[in-house]
Amino acid sequence: MKIALRNNKDFWAGIMLITTGAVSVLIARGYSFGSTMRMGPGYFPSVLGGILVLFGLYVMIMGLRSGEKITVHCSIRALIVLPLSLLAFGVLMTHAGFIPALAVLIFGSASAGREFKFVEVLLLTLILTGFSVAVFSWGLGLPYPLIKGF
Amino acid sequence: MELFNNLIFGFSVALSLQNLFYCFIGVLVGTLIGVLPGIGPMATIAMLLPLTFNVPPVAAMIMLAGIYYGAMYGGSTTSILVNLPGETASVVTCIDGYQMARQGRAGAALAIAAIGSFFAGTVCTLLIAFFAPPLAEFALKFSSAEYFSLMLMGLVAAAVLAHGNMVKSLAMVVVGLLLGIVGADVNSGIKRFAFGFYELADGIGVVTIAVGVFAVGEILSNLSDPEERQVFTSKVMNLFPTREDLKRSFGPIVRGTGVGAFFGVLPGTTPAIASFSSYMIEKKLGKDPSRFGQGAIEGVAGPESANNADAQCKFIPMLTLGIPASGTMALMLGALMIYGIAPGPQVMTDKPDLFWGLIASMWIGNVMLLVLNLPLIGMWVRLLKLPYRLLFPAIMAFSAIGIYSVNSSSFDIYLMAIFGVLGIVWRMLDCSPVPMMLGFVLGPMVEENLRRALQVSRGDPSVFVTRPISLAFVVATVLILIVMAAPAVRKLWGAAGASSREGVTE
Repeated sequence: MKIALRNNKDFWAGIMLITTGAVSVLIARGYSFGSTMRMGPGYFPSVLGGILVLFGLYVMIMGLRSGEKITVHCSIRALIVLPLSLLAFGVLMTHAGFIPALAVLIFGSASAGREFKFVEVLLLTLILTGFSVAVFSWGLGLPYPLIKGF
Repeated sequence: MELFNNLIFGFSVALSLQNLFYCFIGVLVGTLIGVLPGIGPMATIAMLLPLTFNVPPVAAMIMLAGIYYGAMYGGSTTSILVNLPGETASVVTCIDGYQMARQGRAGAALAIAAIGSFFAGTVCTLLIAFFAPPLAEFALKFSSAEYFSLMLMGLVAAAVLAHGNMVKSLAMVVVGLLLGIVGADVNSGIKRFAFGFYELADGIGVVTIAVGVFAVGEILSNLSDPEERQVFTSKVMNLFPTREDLKRSFGPIVRGTGVGAFFGVLPGTTPAIASFSSYMIEKKLGKDPSRFGQGAIEGVAGPESANNADAQCKFIPMLTLGIPASGTMALMLGALMIYGIAPGPQVMTDKPDLFWGLIASMWIGNVMLLVLNLPLIGMWVRLLKLPYRLLFPAIMAFSAIGIYSVNSSSFDIYLMAIFGVLGIVWRMLDCSPVPMMLGFVLGPMVEENLRRALQVSRGDPSVFVTRPISLAFVVATVLILIVMAAPAVRKLWGAAGASSREGVTE
């Protein structure tokens, strides 16, 4: 019997849970386990990880039996562009300042959508950046340099 | 008499100029996001939380609470006017509310929604004031064994009563517990799951995880759906309901408030369940059930009272026991901890200004909403025309600024990105992130109480079933599990959830 695993919702949910549980048990092995009376730092995560693996197995088997498909989807474009924009924001905050970081984040995020109108996005970036500087830097006094080196 | 003294004290706190101001901001922002689909109270509270660090805790909590119940009001406005629920809790209001609007009775529907919500808000304020003190006093006697069992019950109930697959929800609680214990262990000082990052020594910030999963994750999931928004704006004339309307609505409002208050204190139930249940009850009780779906005012009055009552009564377990009954409450609990207040029954005695001030502010906030909302409806409707493609970059920007401002650290931004991706992955796999959030907030406390209880009992786990109160919680946990695992109950509950989620497609 061949079941399409690629789209099997609970199969992957099970895999996710088993992996999370197994990783936490493996890492927790590096901490002292202690005893029930004197629980070491490894006790709680080991037990939880074990429980998670069991849950994961159950969910995976359930998925193999029901074969329900994944219904929620995610646009690959957004999945790549949004985290990258955040990454850029983080890097630019440390090295370039508040204004460039914010501008890149807003412009970048906007380009993750399905509709992208250059002029509109440019305006949005300008307005939002200006608004944020006014509210957060001048209004609330967040102490971040607007542009580094100036 | 003590009740009145306490309430008067609460009002004296809540009526200070500063607290009134923050209450106003809270309900205004709450209504705004209630109107806007695609952004919920949870993401908003998480986003704004970092900005409240310089504000006194009382004012900050008042504002955050205002966002929460304000969103319930805002959600109803768009349900009625444009058949578009701003919040899931208002889905059921669309059915009859929108029909009323099409018959030119939008004004009456909006007014009755506001009146019902206000009535529910008032009753629930009194309920909290009446029941919270004895509950907190009772909980003060708890030792770690009772606490552990109570938290176990809260987490299990929240996972099991939430919609979707029971085992997956329970598993997500465990995922949350694990995420919650990242960082230095209180007993040994060992940094657990820190992967060598010193930034993780203090654990993952509650704001970082909430914004990541609920703001970024939400955006990722929204961006895959094609944007569809057709705004049918009905003219709002004649705000005042007729005498007949009021007579018809009285019963539903009272019953809706009761239903909402009941579901409110149950962990894991969402306001959507309360409003849906209220609708079903009114339909059953109605003399002419065929009117429902054709613009019956009862179908607006009941559910709207119910969702507001639910939202407000969710504060009872949070404030008195330190147990979050919903994702938003988990966040509020996290906020308390950030302000340096240990959640639990001692909040009432240690921080009476916070406790009673918050309760009184909820009533004041409800008055503000009643007065504010009806005249501002035109503005809210205009805001609805704001396309999502302009909205989500703004959410991203404000989230990032908020997160960065917590520790002035780019590391938190990267974490937020990671949790955003995890958020969409969990949604795709149909693993609800809300139980994860509850587990995350309670994680360290669960471990600490388990550890202490077993230390005192010298490693004997029977301590959880030999102490009577703890036993009661354990028995309740098992009962909830058994009842909800029963196929018949599961089916019924699932049906209710599916209808309340999918809502109106006609």
